[in-house]
Amino acid sequence: MSPLSRREFLSVGVAAGAGLVIGFYLPHGSHGAAGTFAPSAYLKISPDGRITVVVARSEMGQGVSTSLPMILAEELEADWRQISIEQAGASTLFGDQTTGGSASVRTTWDPMRKAGASAREMLISAAASEWGVPRASCKAQNSAVIHADSSRRLTYGQLANKAAQLPIPTDPPLKAAKDYQIVGKMIPRLDVPFKVDGTAEYGIDCRLPGMKYAVIARCPTFGGKLRSFDEKESRKMAGVSYIGKVSDAAVAVVADSVWGAVEGRRTLNVEWEEGPNRDLSTAAIFAALKASAASKATTLYSRGNVSQASGRPVEASYQLPFMSHAPMEPGNCTARFQAGSCELWAPTQVPQDVRDSVAQAIGLASDQVRVNVTLMGGGFGRRLEHDYGVEAALVSKAVQAPVQVLWTREDDMRNSTYRPASYHQLNARLDAAGWPTAFSHRIVSPSINGQKGSPNEGGVDPDLKDEAALIYALPNANLDYVDSQTPVPLGWMRSVYALQVAFASESFLDELAAAAKRDPLEYRLHLLREDEDIKFFDTTWHTARMRGAVELAAEKAGWGKALAPGHYQGIACFGCFSSYMAEVVELSMEGDQPRVHRVVAAIDCGQVVNPNILEQQIQGGVIFALTNALRGQITIEKGRVVQGNFDDYAPIRMGEAPAVEAYFVPSAEAPTGAGEPPVPPLAPALANAIYAATKKRIRALPILT
Amino acid sequence: MAQMTLRVNGTERSFSVAPETPLLWVLRDTLQLTGTKFGCGAGLCGACTVHLDGQATRSCGMPVSQAAGKSITTIEGLAANGLHPVQQAWIREQVPQCGYCQSGQIMAAAALLARVPRPSEDEITRAMNGNLCRCGTYDRIRRAIHRAAGGAG
Repeated sequence: MSPLSRREFLSVGVAAGAGLVIGFYLPHGSHGAAGTFAPSAYLKISPDGRITVVVARSEMGQGVSTSLPMILAEELEADWRQISIEQAGASTLFGDQTTGGSASVRTTWDPMRKAGASAREMLISAAASEWGVPRASCKAQNSAVIHADSSRRLTYGQLANKAAQLPIPTDPPLKAAKDYQIVGKMIPRLDVPFKVDGTAEYGIDCRLPGMKYAVIARCPTFGGKLRSFDEKESRKMAGVSYIGKVSDAAVAVVADSVWGAVEGRRTLNVEWEEGPNRDLSTAAIFAALKASAASKATTLYSRGNVSQASGRPVEASYQLPFMSHAPMEPGNCTARFQAGSCELWAPTQVPQDVRDSVAQAIGLASDQVRVNVTLMGGGFGRRLEHDYGVEAALVSKAVQAPVQVLWTREDDMRNSTYRPASYHQLNARLDAAGWPTAFSHRIVSPSINGQKGSPNEGGVDPDLKDEAALIYALPNANLDYVDSQTPVPLGWMRSVYALQVAFASESFLDELAAAAKRDPLEYRLHLLREDEDIKFFDTTWHTARMRGAVELAAEKAGWGKALAPGHYQGIACFGCFSSYMAEVVELSMEGDQPRVHRVVAAIDCGQVVNPNILEQQIQGGVIFALTNALRGQITIEKGRVVQGNFDDYAPIRMGEAPAVEAYFVPSAEAPTGAGEPPVPPLAPALANAIYAATKKRIRALPILT
Repeated sequence: MAQMTLRVNGTERSFSVAPETPLLWVLRDTLQLTGTKFGCGAGLCGACTVHLDGQATRSCGMPVSQAAGKSITTIEGLAANGLHPVQQAWIREQVPQCGYCQSGQIMAAAALLARVPRPSEDEITRAMNGNLCRCGTYDRIRRAIHRAAGGAG
């Protein structure tokens, strides 16, 4: 594909008569390199009237396979029932295919709308020319162009071939929000019917002729190595056909069923060289984090001069543990290596990284590796790693047969990548009325990107730029960051650093309100009362929009009104991925254990594309965050992860799940992130509610130990 | 290895397998019924829930030999034709997000409703508490069960 330079669209050369195909460019929001405008998505209208959006965004439950085509269909004036989405595999034709950073809707909103509008304009022109009437007398509606004066109508299917011969308009008119028929509506998800009858095919469901199954024995200690293994017993297990080293720290056991492979591994006698981290423990990690707080920090945000502020000092520190994504579908990937090529079926958020990493691992060129992206049983960031794919390719190459590598739950818990543990030092000064004259937050956390080999930009992990904004009108404020190292493998987990930053910052704000003997809602609204723009790296935040979210959540939760006896509320707000979120937690205490009854959440994420899916994201984000807050803890002893399954890493079950109410601040702004913003405010709102109930301050997660 | 016959979704299926193999892997790997999911392998998450003589059962911990002679129903066989009322309610309430746990959730809910046609909130919680969902669809699962119980699917 030739670069499009300033053009955003490309008519794609297809055989005459194949319909209308428009290629367009979808940028990725998270710090991707800009510049090359190769098309990264396609709109196809075939002569039989079918409309297909080919897009490289992975469906992991967040609803992109419905919400993205909705945006395009709106401008296209398409009959929604004729639309389908096709998942693109890894390809140089699809730009950056990463799905993450709550970026899918916010970064594709404009190009999706323009692609739909361009096609609509071309179809109208095609009909006008067919009928010999002025364009202005024709109207697009419901996948057809209508000429009302003569009661003539041609469907998009009938017009597709003719439209394909027309130039693509560069600046098509876009609809006004008040005219939307699809965007903003409760459109049912396209992926629900096959998720209720067992026919949905996830990565783990891939089946190929002659396929083998593999599980892998991995070194339990971080940085350890394989010393030796004895496979005599394993070979006696049913169907075991291959046992071999796949890396310096892993042995694959291959069988003709998953169970055979699991049994083969159970009976494998492996000796590990435990390596340099054999004595690593959570206690040592936290001690090191705390010690690092005195190191040189990099400024993230500064306003006024905190060191010159006067007033009563308040200080507190907070800490958060490592956490595991634990998606319901454990890690897996299926690979078929053949001489000179390798094809993979991967539940992945990063098909191109899988392709390139596999190519490197098995000695092929990237274009000899083909990655098919499957449905995903949850992602939460875990599938931003390429490890499953590389393992599958290596084992397939070793046994010269198609192989599915499957991680057991214990593998997933113990050999994963983790949300980094962090330590936070907060300092403030309060004036005589109790309002802050200064607010400082030092974040001490190992850098995810740094550990993965991308250098921090100016000493700052780039993820922090989306996830650490301090959206209050404070006279003096300082936010800085100390990068500490850890041998524990780190990964991006839903909301990434925002969960840690928000827990510390919003708990501390509650401490200030308490020190000032003021209501926590009143305190926040006071700091949001002036309309201010707060620039934090590339994003300009508006206190007015945060205020709107806080007021909506408080109003819907009945803040300050009488609650059921023994019930207490806590509030927190946070902005990340360009969205504003506020949550009110209502709980009662059963002994020293909180019981969360209700969570009221309000989001301002701009124009709502699909309220049904947005509500799901908020309900899901809150439940996910509740697990993180109450019990989501990975601990390390003797250089290895202690937890193994859903008994000692126990997600929220139905019996503990509160009612979650989701409200949206009405907005005509362009859509912003939705998958991650609901996560960060939950833990501080919960901790603040516990304080309201008990006057005990929670300064470390998890809350239940 | 042993020769075995199972009655799955109303059909007799014969195959050869190690008798201690959990039913889950026989369904998925031997019989190619992949709608039943693997989540934990320890009876902790419910993703592998099937019906054994109508009872919701975790297939990941049950040796296939113990299932012999019983009638096994998986998500693929839940409705004789079309969709079971629970599946219809799941669509109406738009329950699934990633969807991975939903086969197990639906099988657990269908077994509950077969036993208790109008379950209380507590009965729903007790029947469904063993089924984890990391996407947090519990609110909608509860609503869908009420809908199915009301016959409004």
